[in-house]
Amino acid sequence: MKFEFNSSEPIYRQVAEQIEDAIASGGFEEGGQIPSTTEISKEFHINPATVLKGMNIAVSKNLIEKRRGLGMFVQAGARKRILSEKRSDFFDDFVENLVREAQNLNISEDELLALVKRGYQQ
Amino acid sequence: MSILEVSHISKSFGSKHVLSDINLTFEENKIYGLLGRNGAGKSTLLSVITDRNFANNGEVKIDSEDVRDNDSKLGMMYLMSEVNLYSNGSKLTQIIKDSESLYGGFNHELADRLIKEFGLDINQKFGKLSTGYNSIFKLILALCLPVQFVLLDEPVLGLDANHRELFYSELIQSYSDNPRTFIISTHLIEEVANIISDVIVLDQGRVILNQPVEDVLAKNHSVVGPEKDVKQYTKGLNVIGHDMIGNIRANYVYGDLDDRVLPDTVQLSNFDLQKLFIFLTNQYEGGTDNEDK
Repeated sequence: MKFEFNSSEPIYRQVAEQIEDAIASGGFEEGGQIPSTTEISKEFHINPATVLKGMNIAVSKNLIEKRRGLGMFVQAGARKRILSEKRSDFFDDFVENLVREAQNLNISEDELLALVKRGYQQ
Repeated sequence: MSILEVSHISKSFGSKHVLSDINLTFEENKIYGLLGRNGAGKSTLLSVITDRNFANNGEVKIDSEDVRDNDSKLGMMYLMSEVNLYSNGSKLTQIIKDSESLYGGFNHELADRLIKEFGLDINQKFGKLSTGYNSIFKLILALCLPVQFVLLDEPVLGLDANHRELFYSELIQSYSDNPRTFIISTHLIEEVANIISDVIVLDQGRVILNQPVEDVLAKNHSVVGPEKDVKQYTKGLNVIGHDMIGNIRANYVYGDLDDRVLPDTVQLSNFDLQKLFIFLTNQYEGGTDNEDK
């Protein structure tokens, strides 16, 4: 979790996203325990109810689960589910912006494809 | 289940109205941020709530009972403020003992940990404490006394950055272990912006904002782009401030955007609580922006 919060999005959603990112990167391992609501609240000075709201998003997406009396754990298969969601969002999140910016700069489709190729070769 | 209600509180010092018809409800287990510029009436309000100061009008109730001269209700609140209630010659250990008997309890385990973490010498006399440790000692009392309502007036006054960080963490730990209502008055808005659940803004003795932080932030929009397009887009919206650099204008809107079409040249984003506070409380210095309304 990098936990740099900005004002562009509700904090609870940023909490949910950062938990997802930490699972995707392997920072939080499948089957492993993640920090408690209080630990996250204390570390980043966020209201516990806000943190809980973010955690509940991850719970409702079956990424983490509560084990009574023990805490929150990353579910099996969570990483795969997050990556497949990120793949399906890839077009909206990145490609559209990339093409729009290329058009603003008068970069043609062929030129853009060549640049993408160059990116892969590096 | 306790609720603290402030109704129609007004207070004047001579001909100066310090508080004008204040109506507020403090619900259980929430953390309220009480914000206002210097002289807005924050400290006066907190001292009226805790019956240290009397109001000219109105009442303060806990669970429908007036708190004035009501020891059992007053015992449910603790106000930590710059005003020192303790005599300079008293030893800190004695003050803790006296407070414990007055409030009917004290969390010694938590106090011992906080004393150690903050490096407070508990065998000192109250009058010998530096500004920072004076605040720290009173904060320890506030967190360790068994009250349902903890009122903190400028809790981090004189605390260095390390001690402020430690205080916010301990505040959250204490709140998580033992949920109760906090009312925190502060000028350091950014430091508490994510900790508080609700924000109250006092301006010239009046409540001008009283809402959950999440709802407030959802209404903050900054609209940035070429001046002409920005003005066109924000026509009829509640523009509370603006910035200009060259021909690029930022209009700050507080309220819902309707489904108007956003031009390609204009960018929408959000702005934070501190910026909102500045715009809302600046108007008497010519900071409002009425030309687009």
